[in-house]
Amino acid sequence: MAIRVPKLPLRGNRHRQPWPLEEQEHNGEVQLRERAAELQAGIVGWVDERTGASGFLRGFLFRKVPKGTNWFYTLGSATMFAFLSQAVTGVFLAMYYDPSPTGAYDSVQHITNDVFLGSLVRGMHRWGATVMVVLIFLHMGRTFFFGAYKYPRELNWVVGVVLLVLTLAMALTGYLLPFDQRSFWATVVAVNINGTAPFIGPYLADFLRSGPEFGATTLTRFYSIHMLLIPVLIAALIGVHIYLVTKLGTTAPPWLKAELPEPLEKERV
Amino acid sequence: MATEPATPNGHRDGHAMKPPGWYEGETITRRRMFTGGAMALGGIAGAAIGLPAIGFALGPVFKNSKVTWQDVGPPGDFTADNYVPKTITLTSDIGEAGKSTVYIRKSNPELPGEKTGEFVAISTRCAHAGCPVRWVTAAERFVCPCHGGVYDFQGKVTGGPPVRPLDRFATRVTNGQVQIGPRFSVNSQLKRFSPRDPGEHLDGLWKYIYPKRFTTPPPQ
Repeated sequence: MAIRVPKLPLRGNRHRQPWPLEEQEHNGEVQLRERAAELQAGIVGWVDERTGASGFLRGFLFRKVPKGTNWFYTLGSATMFAFLSQAVTGVFLAMYYDPSPTGAYDSVQHITNDVFLGSLVRGMHRWGATVMVVLIFLHMGRTFFFGAYKYPRELNWVVGVVLLVLTLAMALTGYLLPFDQRSFWATVVAVNINGTAPFIGPYLADFLRSGPEFGATTLTRFYSIHMLLIPVLIAALIGVHIYLVTKLGTTAPPWLKAELPEPLEKERV
Repeated sequence: MATEPATPNGHRDGHAMKPPGWYEGETITRRRMFTGGAMALGGIAGAAIGLPAIGFALGPVFKNSKVTWQDVGPPGDFTADNYVPKTITLTSDIGEAGKSTVYIRKSNPELPGEKTGEFVAISTRCAHAGCPVRWVTAAERFVCPCHGGVYDFQGKVTGGPPVRPLDRFATRVTNGQVQIGPRFSVNSQLKRFSPRDPGEHLDGLWKYIYPKRFTTPPPQ
C-alpha cells in the first residue's frame, strides 16, 4: 500500500525561476514593480502556508451580516478601539509616572508641562477614559434596545456586563493616580462606599487600602490593579466577546420583519 | 448467536477496543490515570503559584496596625467649651496624604457621659462617606462639605446622612503633653467600638452586618 503524502498547496509560480532571463531585458522600472509585487505575494503566501491565517481571516472579516445593519452596530468596535487607545497611551504614560504618594503628583505635572507631547498623551488617556465609558454604555443600550441579548446571545451579554464592570473599575482605580485633592478624596469616598457592603465590606475596604487607613501602598495597589490586572482581564474577555459575536453572528434591527421562505409566504393569510 | 462476554471496560468486542497494556482486573485505564495525573500536577503547580500570590495581596487585611501616641501640646492649650484643631499623622512617610486634623477639647462634666480631667479628640472623618468635616464655632456644629452631614458639640448626628457620631481618638496625658492614640468609633449612645469605616452603622441590628476588622486594635 502506497504511503499517502500530504499534498503541498502548489502556487502558480512555485517552480518558476525567481527572476527569468527574459525579464531582465525589461525596462528597469517595470521590472522593479513586478518584482516588488511578486515579493509581497511571496511573503504573504509564505506566512499563510504556515499559519492558515487567510481562511480564518476570510471567515472573520468577510462574514455575512443581516439586512438593516447600520452605524449603531459599530459602537462595540468603537469601544474596543477606545480601549486600545487607552492601552497604548497608558503604556507610554507609565514611562514617566511615579506611583509613590510623595512623587505621583509631581510626576503627573512633569508629564503635563515638561515632557514633549506629554499633555497630548495624558489628555488622550484622560478624555479617552470618559469616551470609553460613554461608548460602552451606548453599545450596551444598542444591544438592549435591539433585543440582541436574547437567545442564543445571553452569554455574550453576561461577558459584556463583566466588561462594563471592569471598565468602571478601571475608571475608579485610574482616578486616584494623578493624586491631587480631587483624586485623593474621591478615592477615600469610593473605598468607604465599598466598606458599606454587608459583612465583607470592612475587609474589602482594608484590602483596597491595604490597611485601616489610606497608606503608603494604597497608591501602588491601585496602580497595579489599573495597569496590569484589569487590562489583562479586559483584553481576554474582549477576545471571548468577539469570538462569540463571530460564532453567533449579529442580529437584524427589530424594525425589520423576517422574510419567510416562498412556501411559507403563500400559507400566510 | 453466542454473545461474547463483555470486557471490563464495557466493550463487547474486546480485542479491537482494549487499550494497549490492558490486563485482566485493572481498575483504571492507563489513559485515565495519565489524564488525571496531568490534571492533578497542573492543579498543584497552579496552586503553588496562585495561593502565595493571593496571600500576598490579602496579607494587609489580617495585619494588626501598630498603636502609636503623638503629642499635640500641653493640657493648658485646651478648654472645655470649644475645640482646638491639631494636625496629627495617621500614616507616616507619605507626606500630606498621611496627615489629618483632630479637634480637641477638655471633657465637660455637664455633658452626658463625660468626667472632669479627660480630653475629647474628635476625628474630622465624616461618618457618612469619609469627607473631612470642620468645626464651625458660631453654629457649634461640625459640618461636612460633601453631602451635608451635621454633628453637635459631642459629635452626635444632628442632620444629614451620617449613620453614627464622629469617630474619636484615645487621649492621655504623658510628661505634661496631651497625646493622641488610636482611633475608635462610637454609637449614638457614645458607647465605644473598635474603629469602623464611614457609612457603617453601630446601632440596633444594623451593627451586626459590619463586623470588627483584623487590622484595628480594640477601643482603649
